[in-house]
Amino acid sequence: MVYARLILMRLFKAVIVLFLIVIFNFLLIQLAPGDPAAILAGEAGAADQEFLNQLRERFGLDQPMYVQLWRYVSGIAMLDFGYSYRLGVPVFDLIMARLPATLLLTGTAFVLSLVLGIVAGSMAASRVKKPSGSLIMALALVFYATPLFWVALMSVVVFSVYLGWLPAYGLYTVGAGHTGFALVLDVAKHLVLPATTLALFFMAIYTRMTRTSMLDAAQQDYVKTARAKGLKPSIIQRRHVLRNALLPIITLAGLQAGQMVGGAILTETVFAWPGIGRLMFEALQQRDYNLLLGIFFFSAALVIVFNIITDLVYSLADPRIKKGAA
Amino acid sequence: MKKPLALAISAAALAFTSAALADDPKEGGVVNTIIQPEPPGLVLGMVQNAPTRTVSGNIYEGLLRYSTDLEPMPQLAESWEVSDDGRTYTFHLREGVTWHDGEDFTADDVVFSADVFHRELNPSARAVLQHVESIEATDDHTVVFTLKQPFGPFLLSFEAGTFTMVPEHLYAGTDFRDNEHNDHPIGTGPFKFSNWERGTVIELVKNDDYYEEGLPYLDGVNWHIIPDGASRAVAFENETIDVLPSGTVENFDIPRLAEMDNVCMTEEGHEYFSPFAMLWMNNREGPTADKRFRQAVMYAMDREFAKDVLWNGLGNVPLSAFGSNARFQNDDLEPYDHNPERARELLDEMGYDGEEITILPLPYGETWTRWAEAVQQNLREVGINVETQATDVGGWNQRLGDWDYDLAFTYLYQYGDPALGISRTYLSDNIAKGSPWNNVEGYENERVDELFNEAATAFPDEEREKLYREVQEILHEDVPVGWLMELGFPTLYRCDVQNLVTSGVGVNDGFKDAWLDR
Repeated sequence: MVYARLILMRLFKAVIVLFLIVIFNFLLIQLAPGDPAAILAGEAGAADQEFLNQLRERFGLDQPMYVQLWRYVSGIAMLDFGYSYRLGVPVFDLIMARLPATLLLTGTAFVLSLVLGIVAGSMAASRVKKPSGSLIMALALVFYATPLFWVALMSVVVFSVYLGWLPAYGLYTVGAGHTGFALVLDVAKHLVLPATTLALFFMAIYTRMTRTSMLDAAQQDYVKTARAKGLKPSIIQRRHVLRNALLPIITLAGLQAGQMVGGAILTETVFAWPGIGRLMFEALQQRDYNLLLGIFFFSAALVIVFNIITDLVYSLADPRIKKGAA
Repeated sequence: MKKPLALAISAAALAFTSAALADDPKEGGVVNTIIQPEPPGLVLGMVQNAPTRTVSGNIYEGLLRYSTDLEPMPQLAESWEVSDDGRTYTFHLREGVTWHDGEDFTADDVVFSADVFHRELNPSARAVLQHVESIEATDDHTVVFTLKQPFGPFLLSFEAGTFTMVPEHLYAGTDFRDNEHNDHPIGTGPFKFSNWERGTVIELVKNDDYYEEGLPYLDGVNWHIIPDGASRAVAFENETIDVLPSGTVENFDIPRLAEMDNVCMTEEGHEYFSPFAMLWMNNREGPTADKRFRQAVMYAMDREFAKDVLWNGLGNVPLSAFGSNARFQNDDLEPYDHNPERARELLDEMGYDGEEITILPLPYGETWTRWAEAVQQNLREVGINVETQATDVGGWNQRLGDWDYDLAFTYLYQYGDPALGISRTYLSDNIAKGSPWNNVEGYENERVDELFNEAATAFPDEEREKLYREVQEILHEDVPVGWLMELGFPTLYRCDVQNLVTSGVGVNDGFKDAWLDR
């Protein structure tokens, strides 16, 4: 029951926050230079006044701003996100069409970075003064500091151009007509490079953070107690040190999870992955405001959802955190 | 760098001709190519931008096609006549042509497309239609266009990208933009729309009922969508992609890719568009309002350097406002050679005080950024105080549409005739805020207006030529804009893709004749 009330409260707050976000985003976007109709006309390479007027009328851009805002907000209230200016397709459909690809990529990267990061971090923590521990930390530092797009391009050069092991781009092999298990395998192959690229940075952060907070936890009195009562070191590490070191990692994982919808622009662009990040970047370039606002809305909603989930996970990982206090 | 590449082209052209003569075309196979950027829609006329033309030029057709010399060739019209007064154009349509849904293509479709569909949706068609008095179908396979007065370039307007034939039975009486068939375009062309996986691929398949005997040879064409330029180069390198249409990879990648085994390159196929790069110069205010300043800019720029270094030696440095692929070029004009001395003299003469001006590169990739840097350096050498300002496409559109710039890069299509692609930049009634494609520089000259307007409707061509020669002299003196280059956009392809470019619009309608020698 306590959980139910907690979730209800959080959801209520979330709706208010989302509403404010919608209004704020709408106003913010008005500040950007560039008129959607002019950009569409520009792209067409030819435009007369009639063409511009047709477009503005069609998008409702000929209306005063408060009318546009009212139309937008009342549309959102009924889950109507409007039409993309450029593509003439409902925004909701566009986002839904791209969501699976993005979630597959970011979800894989999320799991990959979390698992490998924690494993590497705990290994480094138990090998503090050994070369292997230093090696892990050095690698983590390199991954942390290397720009994502460089890693992406270099991995393509090495693994697809020189070695020819993995496909360089796309979600699946166009024209191969794979189905069933062959298709799954094909997509998995295509997933390796982008997911690894995306995972490296967060993996490095998890590694460093796990190591630091585990070393921190290892100094605590309850660890000394555990050692004094004769528990095996591996059990101490897992049950007492790691579990107590998890909290900051959960915080970070919550943040990363919140970015899953919109956080892979660069990776999706380099690897031609048909996801939301690319859709958002293109919408921005085209001043396709309806589409951009729609994606913002979904990203914001996802951040809020993951914040709630993070809070719940805190209390699972550490029962000392009071359920109601969150 | 210039020589080897130019040689490679002619060698490729030779190899290509002899191969085409030696072998009979083979049937079958799918060509993988690239479309960049992803088009917003595929219904030509409703959408006019370059990527839509490139894909849909294989789905839809116009009444005519154009050779690489811009001579009209039959397409949906098998023959045509022009009356002696240049006012009546009669097109005889091919019989037995069907739409992709099986309906017959008739003269009514032509009247509907030109008179209703394009008149409502298509600005470039509207510009031509203002010269047209009536469009009539005299029988099922004959259409007569009657003009208000002769219009010299009329026969050049029937390319698929400008006057696409759309099916009346699917569009008449509907809201065109919301028509359910927009997602599944129906044309008469050699390829049918099959599938569009947004963000990944557009797939076209062979039209088995195509009316030209034996065509097309290919089973289909896949247009891959890859947003990053470096990734596109890689896709071509590792042979996933057979054809790289012009402008899909950065210029600095081209020599490397062209040197690979089994890679051919052609500069043909852009004669109809013949993109003309220009430097907008704000004629309204600031130092650029002074004719002498604008001339100084022309003398200061080393355009041959830009051509050799940035464009791999491809393309052509123009004399003035008319490019080599437009008709009626006046080649008696004195070229604006690289002459910093002369530029400094002109600046002294006008008393330029070092006022800072800005230059906007075209936000279309690295080549344009570097070009702006080269021009900036040229201008600084003669003492012009110039800063580069980067924008994205949206910002660039807005700045030009609001006339908020000093110098700005752009390029415009020439469409083979001054009345279609060139006069629009200089006519004073084409000055209007809000579009980056009209008389953006704000040039006003009554005599120029007069000459351009007269020349558009003069008949026959000798009359037009006289008027156009005079207008070029005035423009050459006034320098309303800077004339940079007629761009050479090469198409790279695997050499076993045969017969790829067969018209003046290149790969936009080229897959119809192409075949794979594999």
